[in-house]
Amino acid sequence: MKTIQQLEEIRKKTLERINIRKEREGTRVVVGMATCGISAGARPVLKALVEEVNKRGLQHVIVSQTGCIGICEYEPIVEVYRPGEEKVTYVKMTPDKVARVVTEHVVNGKAVTEYTIGGIK
Amino acid sequence: MEIFRSHVLICAGTGCTSSGSHNVAGTFDRLIKEEGLEKEVKIVRTGCFGLCEVGPVVIVYPEGAFYSRVKEEDVEAIVKEHLVKGRIVKRLLYQESLDKDQIKSLDQVDFYKKQMRIALRNCGVIDPENIDEYIAMDGYKAIAKVLTEMTPEQVIEEIKKSGLRGRGGAGFPTGMKWQFAYNSKDDKKYVCCNADEGDPGAFMDRSVLEGDPHSVLEAMTIAGYAIGSDQGYIYVRAEYPIAVKRLEIAIEQAREYGLLGKNILGTGFSFDIDLKMGAGAFVCGEETALLNSIEGGRGEPRPRPPFPAVKGLWQKPTILNNVETYANICRIILKGADWFAGIGTERSKGTKVFALGGKINNTGLVEIPMGTPLRDVIYEIGGGCPNGKAFKAVQTGGPSGGCIPAEHVDIPIEYDTLVQIGSMMGSGGMIVMDEDNCMVDIAKFFLQFTCDESCGKCVPCRIGTKRMLEILTNITEGKGKEGDIERLERLALNIKESALCALGQTAPNPVLSTIRYFRDEYEAHIGDRKCPAGVCTALLEYVIDEDKCKGCGICARNCPADCISGQKNTPYVIDGDKCIKCGTCIEKCPFDAISKK
Repeated sequence: MKTIQQLEEIRKKTLERINIRKEREGTRVVVGMATCGISAGARPVLKALVEEVNKRGLQHVIVSQTGCIGICEYEPIVEVYRPGEEKVTYVKMTPDKVARVVTEHVVNGKAVTEYTIGGIK
Repeated sequence: MEIFRSHVLICAGTGCTSSGSHNVAGTFDRLIKEEGLEKEVKIVRTGCFGLCEVGPVVIVYPEGAFYSRVKEEDVEAIVKEHLVKGRIVKRLLYQESLDKDQIKSLDQVDFYKKQMRIALRNCGVIDPENIDEYIAMDGYKAIAKVLTEMTPEQVIEEIKKSGLRGRGGAGFPTGMKWQFAYNSKDDKKYVCCNADEGDPGAFMDRSVLEGDPHSVLEAMTIAGYAIGSDQGYIYVRAEYPIAVKRLEIAIEQAREYGLLGKNILGTGFSFDIDLKMGAGAFVCGEETALLNSIEGGRGEPRPRPPFPAVKGLWQKPTILNNVETYANICRIILKGADWFAGIGTERSKGTKVFALGGKINNTGLVEIPMGTPLRDVIYEIGGGCPNGKAFKAVQTGGPSGGCIPAEHVDIPIEYDTLVQIGSMMGSGGMIVMDEDNCMVDIAKFFLQFTCDESCGKCVPCRIGTKRMLEILTNITEGKGKEGDIERLERLALNIKESALCALGQTAPNPVLSTIRYFRDEYEAHIGDRKCPAGVCTALLEYVIDEDKCKGCGICARNCPADCISGQKNTPYVIDGDKCIKCGTCIEKCPFDAISKK
């Protein structure tokens, strides 16, 4: 059973990891896995991301899932939060686009603009 | 393994080689050696980057500086300025002309700009299966505050002050509901959550349950403290398997952390939550039918009074609130009632989540402050109707609601304004319709639904909706009679006045509202036997355009009803009496000569 102090500690520790603003450690890659995302094919995308990250042995990269991001029309959606940077939103993702996003953006810091919400339009 | 501090990738694909990247690479090799950087900088000849238009392309890592149209003369600048001094050579960078304004993040697009996400604050941000992430975003801080700093009376007062109204559709003031339950003295009280979400096209609650289940659990615990209850039930429809799974995980995690169960946070307050799954009946989203269902009975409503806050589940004081209502509670506790009351309008406080669907470009979930004009939702957030079609109407409130026609597109979205024009906010489903939708057909669709879902307990709903549906079906099949509209209106008003529950009381709304704004369509169906939008198949004539028809005969050969006749090289003709309106001829015609009228 947790005390209020313990909750505070969990809060601080986890916030550093998932902070949606810029001060965070490591890169966080988030895949929309609500019904809208899953029915659009987010599970294979999540799987491909996890495999790619593992294959390349990337440290400080967390791949995780989230709920409905809101713009269901454009699912599957993947958001990349790199330390010190604004988040980038990739839309209509497919497993074969994953390798490029991981190589160019997650590892080398250059967002693949044509896959992003602004680029797709 | 050698570690280089910098990698220079030079494209050696066909495109760049033909623009001279080979020489560029050679110059790099030479200059790197001259500067003595061979141990620090690695030159890599790579394959095609794809931007052959602007080759030769050179990328320098770790910065990711993307140099384009690099000539041999430019290499010196890159080596001396960038690799030696660390200063990126701006003039050689690839100028994506839109790059500075290039939108990369969701937060910058039109879809998001007018939104204010309170109920959806964590959706799309946290991992819903990880309680720590919920805690990181101030989760379980509200219950801690409530249990250690507030009395139940203070909690209820705060919710009342905030002006929060039920988000399930009826819009009853939440604080008042909790007050009634608090006032009822009994040895056992219940806190229930309506997660049945039966409206077709609505998925607001589903998204909250799938994306932020803990927010509902925490809010229910707060409610339990406020009214004096130690047991909660979430009635969730079985058609939401992901939501059910995420709720189960969340409850498990909360119990593990001692945030549900006995002696929460060591304060002596106990509260637990169990799930009850619905079995697929729309009527079980109705308050008392839901309670009957939890008790193990058939989903049938009860007459009120007594209201559930006095005699509810197992005849004990019970509050039943919608998922979205709960999703707002923790924020109100943490940021204060005044903050919440400062959003929205005089009588509709806070924000509302809408599920945008139908003929709209950006389908999805939006949360906007009450009072936002409908125009903003349709055009700025929704991006308008696809294919440039004209916006005709939007159905709000699902089968209980009405349509808002294009002429009212500037209406501010709030509880009372929508009721005034014959619709209602409902739970938040918004189905957009364009010029190709037939409003009579839409009314029939919703009535088919409510008629099917009627539990049958009371006569007005059981028989009344059926009669209305018969009249509507006849109208759409070209069998409408003079006086049908008046008959529909009379039936509708009778049903609204006498049905036992909200399902029956609101079932006639789509019919009444479409008659009010699109009476001309009804009259065209009845009087002229025509469907202006071209939807009601029985009223459509399939016609071959003489001028476009080349007499090839493909349509006649494919017609399953054998109703097209003609001779080669003369225009063919469709026999309207035999035509079954399957549409095969339109599909097969290579000259686009056949159309529906």
